[in-house]
Amino acid sequence: MKNPVAGNIPASEITPRELFYNRRRFMQMAAGASAAFLASKVFSAEKLSAGKSSAYGLTDKLTPLEDVTRYNNFYEFGTGKEDPARLAGSLKTRPWTLSLEGEVHKPKTFDIDELLKLAPMEERIYRLRCVEAWSMVIPWIGFPLSELLKKVEPTSKAKFVEFITLHDPEQMPGQKTTVLEWPYREGLRIDEAMHPLTLLTFGLYGEMLPNQNGAPLRMVIPWKYGFKSAKSIVKIRLTEQQPVTSWMKAGPNEYGFYANVNPAVDHPRWSQAKERRIGEFFKRPTLAFNGYADQVAPLYAGMDLSKYF
Amino acid sequence: MKAIDDRTLTRLKIITFLLALLPLVKLIVGAFQNNLGANPIEKITHITGFWTLTFLLITLSATPLRHFSGWSWPIRLRRMLGLSAFFYACLHFLTYLILDQFFDWPAIAQDIIKRPYITIGFPAFVLLIPLAITSNNAMIRKLGGARWRLLHRLIYPIAIAGVVHFAWLVKKDLTQPLIFAGLLALLLFARLSHW
Repeated sequence: MKNPVAGNIPASEITPRELFYNRRRFMQMAAGASAAFLASKVFSAEKLSAGKSSAYGLTDKLTPLEDVTRYNNFYEFGTGKEDPARLAGSLKTRPWTLSLEGEVHKPKTFDIDELLKLAPMEERIYRLRCVEAWSMVIPWIGFPLSELLKKVEPTSKAKFVEFITLHDPEQMPGQKTTVLEWPYREGLRIDEAMHPLTLLTFGLYGEMLPNQNGAPLRMVIPWKYGFKSAKSIVKIRLTEQQPVTSWMKAGPNEYGFYANVNPAVDHPRWSQAKERRIGEFFKRPTLAFNGYADQVAPLYAGMDLSKYF
Repeated sequence: MKAIDDRTLTRLKIITFLLALLPLVKLIVGAFQNNLGANPIEKITHITGFWTLTFLLITLSATPLRHFSGWSWPIRLRRMLGLSAFFYACLHFLTYLILDQFFDWPAIAQDIIKRPYITIGFPAFVLLIPLAITSNNAMIRKLGGARWRLLHRLIYPIAIAGVVHFAWLVKKDLTQPLIFAGLLALLLFARLSHW
C-alpha cells in the first residue's frame, strides 16, 4: 500500500539516512552526558562492581536513584527527609574502621579497605519498607553479614548482635539534638544476623554508598522496617543479652526489638496494612515480612508476633 | 482606638488575600516543576496542614493584637484570616481523602476510629465548617451577635485539637508541634489576662 503522506514529500525534504543517524547519535550522546551530569550532582562516588545475584533479583521496578538519595531517614543529619542529602557532606568516610567485639573468639578491628575485599560483592535488589508506611526498591551491593561474623568466630554465648553507629556530633550535626539516644544502636538475634538475606552493605546502584544512605557501610535487613538497618556502623558487638536499641528506648510501646514488616500488626498510631511505594500514586498492600516470608518466617515459628513486634 | 479609612482597609484586605494565597501558589508551582520531593503526597499533606495551623494562630492573634496595640484593623481582617485557615484545612482534608486514601472509605473510617491523631483531627475539621458558613454579615445578623460569638468560640478547642493532631502524628521530633503549642498557649493566655 502506498503511504499517502510519504508520497507527497519531495525527495529534497527527506533527511539523508547518514545524516539522520549522525543526528540521532548526537542526541543520544547529549542525553547520556546530561544524565551523567545529573547523576554526578546527586553523588560523585566511586564505582563498586559486583556480581549480579540472580537469586535475589526482583521484578519490582527500581526506585529512581534520585529518590533513593534525597528522601532519607537518617536522624544523625536531622529529622527532615531531605536533611541527610543536604547535611551528610560533613561525614568523613575515610579512614574508617569497624570493630567486632564481645562474645567472639577473635575480636578484631577491620579497616574499610579490608572489608571491601573480605568476600565477593553481590548486587541484590531488595524492597525497603519504612515503618512510616512508604517503600522503595533498591539495588544494594554487599555481602552477607555471616561472612564477616564467621571470621571472628562467635562463641556459644553469642545470642545477639548489636550494631553501633558512629557518634561524632561534629560530623553528624543531628547528634547535637536529643531526639534519639546517641550513638544509634540496633540489634538482631544471632540467627537473623546469620541469615543469608542479611546484607552488610557498601554500595547502591553500582557505586559506593552516598553518605546520606549510610556510608561507608550499613546493614540491610529487607524483611524488617528500615530503622533496623543501622547506618555508618563503627562497632558490631556480639552479646548474650538482647540489646536495647535506640528506638526501643525512644518509644518502647511503638518500636520493638524485632520490627518485622507485618501488615497485621499496626503501629499504635497508624496502620501498617498498606504502603506507598515511592513514585506510585495508589497505596499497595504491605506483604508479610515484606515479601520475604518464605525465607524468614521459620525464624519466628511459634512466636506471637503481635507481642514480639 | 486608631481607625483607618475604608480605602486603606480595602488595600489591606487585598494584600492579605494575596499573601494568604502564596503558599498555595508555591505548592502549585512546585508540583509543576516536579519539585515536591520523592513523596509529593506527604509533602502536600504537611504543607497544607502547616498553613492551616498557621492561619488559625494568626486569626487568634487579631484580638490580642487589638488589645495591646489599640489598632482596630486586625479585627477587620480576622474573617479573611479565619477563612484562609478553613481554605487550607479543606485542601489538607481533600489531600487526605483523594491523594492519600483515594476514597478508601473503610480505611478512612478505621483511621477516624483507631488513629488518635485522626480521631482528633477529623472533628476539628468538621467543626470549622459551621464557623466558615457563618463568617458573613448576613449570618451574624441572623444568629444575633451573642449566639454568633458563642458559636465562634469553637475556634479555641479547634486550634487546640489541631496542634494535638500535629503532635500525635510526628514520629519523634516534636519541635514544630511544640512551637505551635507554645504560640497557641501564649495567645490563649493573652486573652485570659484581658478578661
